[in-house]
Formats: sequence, C-alpha cells, structure tokens
Amino acid sequence: MNKAKFFRLLASHAILIFMAVIIIYPLLWTVGASFNPGNSLISTTMIPQNPTLAHYRELFAGSESLQYVQWYLNSLKISFFTMVGAVFCVSFTAYAFSRFRFKGRQNALTLFLLLQMIPQFSALIALFVLAQILGMMNSHWLLILLYIGGLIPLNTYLMKGYMDSIPMDLDESAKIDGASNTRIFLQIIMPLSKPMISVVAMTGFTGPLGDFILASTILRSPEYYTLPIGLYNLVNDVMGASFTTFAAGAILISIPIAIIFILLQKNFVSGLTAGGTKG
Amino acid sequence: MQVRKIALLLSIIPGIGQFYNKQWIKGLLFLGLAISFVLVFGDLLNMGFWGLFTLGTEVPRDNSIFLLAEGLIAVIVTIFGLGFYYVNLKDAYKNGKLRDENQPLSSLKRDYQNLLANGYPYLISGPSLFILIFAVIFPILFSFALAFTNYDLYHSPPANLADWVGFDTFAKIFTVDIWRSTFFSVLGWTVIWTLVASTFQVALGIFMAVLVNQKDLRFKKFYRTVLVLPWAVPGFVTILIFAGLFNDSFGAINNDILSMMGIDAIPWLTDENWTKVALILMQGWLGFPFIFLVTTGVLQSIPDDLYEAARIDGASIFAQFRNITMPMILIATSPVIITQYTFNFNNFNIIYLFNGGGPSVPGSTAGGTDILVSWIYKLTLQSSQYSLAAALTILLSVFVIAIALWQFRRTDAFKEGA
Repeated sequence: MNKAKFFRLLASHAILIFMAVIIIYPLLWTVGASFNPGNSLISTTMIPQNPTLAHYRELFAGSESLQYVQWYLNSLKISFFTMVGAVFCVSFTAYAFSRFRFKGRQNALTLFLLLQMIPQFSALIALFVLAQILGMMNSHWLLILLYIGGLIPLNTYLMKGYMDSIPMDLDESAKIDGASNTRIFLQIIMPLSKPMISVVAMTGFTGPLGDFILASTILRSPEYYTLPIGLYNLVNDVMGASFTTFAAGAILISIPIAIIFILLQKNFVSGLTAGGTKG
Repeated sequence: MQVRKIALLLSIIPGIGQFYNKQWIKGLLFLGLAISFVLVFGDLLNMGFWGLFTLGTEVPRDNSIFLLAEGLIAVIVTIFGLGFYYVNLKDAYKNGKLRDENQPLSSLKRDYQNLLANGYPYLISGPSLFILIFAVIFPILFSFALAFTNYDLYHSPPANLADWVGFDTFAKIFTVDIWRSTFFSVLGWTVIWTLVASTFQVALGIFMAVLVNQKDLRFKKFYRTVLVLPWAVPGFVTILIFAGLFNDSFGAINNDILSMMGIDAIPWLTDENWTKVALILMQGWLGFPFIFLVTTGVLQSIPDDLYEAARIDGASIFAQFRNITMPMILIATSPVIITQYTFNFNNFNIIYLFNGGGPSVPGSTAGGTDILVSWIYKLTLQSSQYSLAAALTILLSVFVIAIALWQFRRTDAFKEGA
C-alpha cells in the first residue's frame, strides 16, 4: 500500500513538474529574449551572454513606427472606459431584470440570450464599411462603444443570475424603511454583488487588451493603435526582425495584468460558477 | 357604438381619441409627438425606404451602401414609432372602456406617477438598450442585409451601384466550385479544431486539477500558481511568443529542443498539418488553466463525507473518481465547458496571430488553417468580397445559434436530472 502511494505521488510530481517546465519555458524565454542584444530570433538565447536594456530603451524612444508609450496609453484609455461603461450598463440592467417584472422583460431576456450567441464579428463587415463611410476610422470612442455593446448581453445574464441569488427580503425590508429603488441598488445589491462586479470589471478591462479583430478593423494609423495591434505589427513587419523589442514590450504589459489576474482569481471563479449555474 | 371603439378608431390619428375621451392635455401631447415624429423623421423614412428597396438608381448620385444604412435606420425608427402608436391606441381604448363602464378616468397626474413607478426598470436599462441597438443590433442587421446584395469590389460606390440579388450569394457558395471546396474544407477544419482543441484543454484542465488536489500531495500552492500563469498572461502576447518559438528556421523549438533530442526540424509554419498540431497544442497550453481553476473550486467544495462513505463501502479510488468526483465536476462546470467550445469555434486570435491562417493554399482565398471567422475577416479586409463574407457570417451564426440552443436544452435537462 505504501509503495503504491509512493509511486502515485512520484508520478504526480513528475507530471506536474513536466507541465510546470512547459509553462515556464516560453515565459522565461521571452524574458531572456528581451535582454538579448541584437534583433533577430536567431541569436536569441534564454540566458543572454551580454544582457542589455537597449530594447526597453527603444520602446520609450518614441520613433515613428514604434510608439509604445502611445499604444500603452491608448490601451489603458480604451480598457478603462470600457470597464466603467460595462460595469455601469451591466449592473443597472441586471438589477432591472432581477428585481422588476416589467412588460417586455421576457422578450428582452430572450434577445440578450440570442445576441450573446451571435458573435460580435458578425458585424465586422458592417463596421468596416460604416466606419469608412462615416469617417469614424481611428475613433477610439466608437471602439469603446462597440466593446461595451459586445459585453452587455452575456455579462448581464451572468450578473442577473448572481443578483437572483441575493434574497428579496433584503430589498423588501429596505423598501419598508422607505429606501428608493436606486438607493436599494447602490447600498444593498451592489455591495453584495461585488465578486460578480469584479468579474465584469475584469472582463471589461482585459477584453480590449485581448481583442485584435475589431481594433484592427477600425484603427489604421500607428498613433491610434492599441497594444495588440502595435505589437503584432512589430513582430510581423519584417518577420523576426524586431522580436526582441516585442519581447520587451510584451513583458511590460503582461506583468501588471498577470498580477491583477492572480490576485483576483478567487473572485473570478466564484463569480462565474455562481452566476453561471443559476442563470 | 361603444365609446371604446370610437375612441380607438379616432386615435388612428394620435391624440384625437384622447380628445374624444375629454383628456385634452394628453391628447395634445400625443398629437404633438406624432406631428413632430413625422416632421423630424418624415424625410428620413421616405428616403430610407426608397433607398432600402432600390439601393439607388443613378451613379454617382446614389451610394448603395449609404442608402442601405439609412434604410435600416429608417426601419429601426419605424419600429419605435409603431411602439408609440400602439401605446396611443391602447390608451384611447383603455380610457374609452373606463367610460363605457362609467368609471372615472385616471388623471394626468396619476398617469405621470404611474409612469415614474413603472418606468424605473426601463429607465435604468435604457442606456444598455440604446448601446445594444446601435453598437450590436444595427451592425448585425447591416451585415445580414449585405448578404443579399452583390456588394463587392466591382459593385461598390461611388463608381457602381450594388443591388439586391436575393439568395444568389448563398447559392454560389454551394455551386461555384472553388467557393464550395473552400467552404467545406474551412468548415471541416473549424469543426475538427473546435472539438479537438476544446476537448483537449478541458480534459487537461480537469486532469491537472484532480492531480493537484490529491490530499497528500505537497507544494500545492506552488503548482497552482504556476499552472494558472498561462491564463494570467494576455493571450495575444503568448500567441505571438509561440509564433516565434515555432518559427521553422529560427525558432527555439526546432533549434534547441528538437535538435537536442536528435529530431530533425519540423516545418511548423509551412506545413498545414504541422501548423494544425501546433495550434491544438498551443490552445491546450492557453486554455487549460481556466478549466483548472474552475474545477479546483468545485473539488474543494465536495464534502469529505462522500468519499469516506464510499471508502467504508469498499469503493476503489477509481470507483470514487468515476462515481463522485467526475459527476460533481461535470454538473458544476458544464456551462463553463460549453463556453470553451463556442469560444474556440470563434477563436480568431490564435489562428490569425499565430500564422495568419496559413500556410496559404494556391488558388484559394482561405489559408490551410483558416477557420470560418478568420476566413470572413480576410474576405472583408483583404479581398473585398463583402457579400460573400456576409453570407458566410449568416451561415456561421445559424450554426452557432443552433448548437448553443441544443446545448442549452441539454444542460437544462441535465440540471433537472441532477
């Protein structure tokens, strides 16, 4: 019995260490690449012989084709406003769906369910054509509006499911005490929905950071790029040529995001499973 | 004739029915709203519907695509107008009925208070609805409408007009040889990709979670943190990094790892099948941590008593796993698992960022690893075949919705069974 246990644990550790190596290798390799002198993949080694900060300096030098700081700011701006807009729209709408029985509620819920299934790029052709005709090319606000719109259906559904699990008695006793609807929402429902709100805020913030398809359709000049498009072009302009600079840029965006994700992971899981199963 | 019917008939012109009910102020309000609606939107509606039907008749005066957009806006405005009209008819009828029954009519002030109380949910969901209509619904309608036109490079403004062609584009997808073969090969790969990549990442995630969650395993915290890393790093970054690692001639996988093991360089980016293998492996790497996280949460919530009871009954570890652990995981995570499949079906980023959907296939607009989404993207942005792209979008949406609905019903049944 003890022997069996020993081999089971040994095998488990072996598998886990193997996975850990597979996970860490590419990440470490990127870190190494960012300190490597030169530009190409060819000379890149994991532990650079002559480590250099040149690529990080290059990022902040602000040349015409590499406006890293500008892209970073663009991304932050778009992510921030998408997050705020999404949290605002989603939580109010979910509150309406969860707590009020109004005419058209059922139809609206079905509509949301349907829209949530139709992927947003269905509108890609329309967005491409319309943005060109209306002169909205390169408009960050159009993009923010599109991101918020794309987030509303699914997240409203999840948030509604979450709010449904908050007992109605709380609202009713507050109502008896004379609290208005908005007040109940702000002082009772919102604080209790915090885990789910942080999920919506996270998806709102990181969604634009992971989006390539919509942003690349609308943003066309380098000074309006977001990080995904900017970094993609950096790698693909002359394949392999600026890979090391890309690595440096990738690290500066990945580290803050990874930290936030790891800190918030508990919220994420509880919010999603609670909202998902009760939706 | 009953009052309610007269009031209803009169309010065919909004407001008149209310006048008949002696509700002067409300009548004026309805009449005023109706007149201003016609004044403000009259031209738009007139132009819009004309444009929607003809898509323009004269070059260069008419821009088909502009007219189509205006037409759709006219349709949306009309729907709102009809909603208002319905409220007007209903109001006249309701108050007429009250008069028939000799009951007092509700005063304007009461109506206003009612509106405030009942209007609250509409008020707070209004902004969302507005954004949805203009950022999601309108563009989707527009895309769908394009599928029934012949809009492409040769029928685009300002030099040419586009025209309605009905289901021609759809028919062409299945009749024109090159389109049909491309469509079916892309669809086939999309389905295989979705099934294999999603199942792989889900299985890997669950397996890892069960492994780490063994009671007597040490360094749990370390393993958990490491295994979550791929989820925490932004996806586009890791995909681009992998594109570098898999590079045929310079990448570390060929040059360092495989050569160290004495294996010849593998053409990851130039051979279609090897690209597919690389994509599936990468998606496993990227996608399993999320399932791992969710499953870990579920595993920690399974009470120990269950296992203890099973042990007393003499159940083996595998029996315990099959009869307790697995069902618990599947019930709690099935909604999350389904989203993995729909996500991968539309997983544009990994396909496009890794190898641009390539390697390219001679004579075809789609590359060897293009899935439907990335093919549509290329058709729109690179070869300007808008109507074909739109038609494919519709086919794809129908496909996704059908599967989602089917899954939905299954999970509901699942929940009731549990």
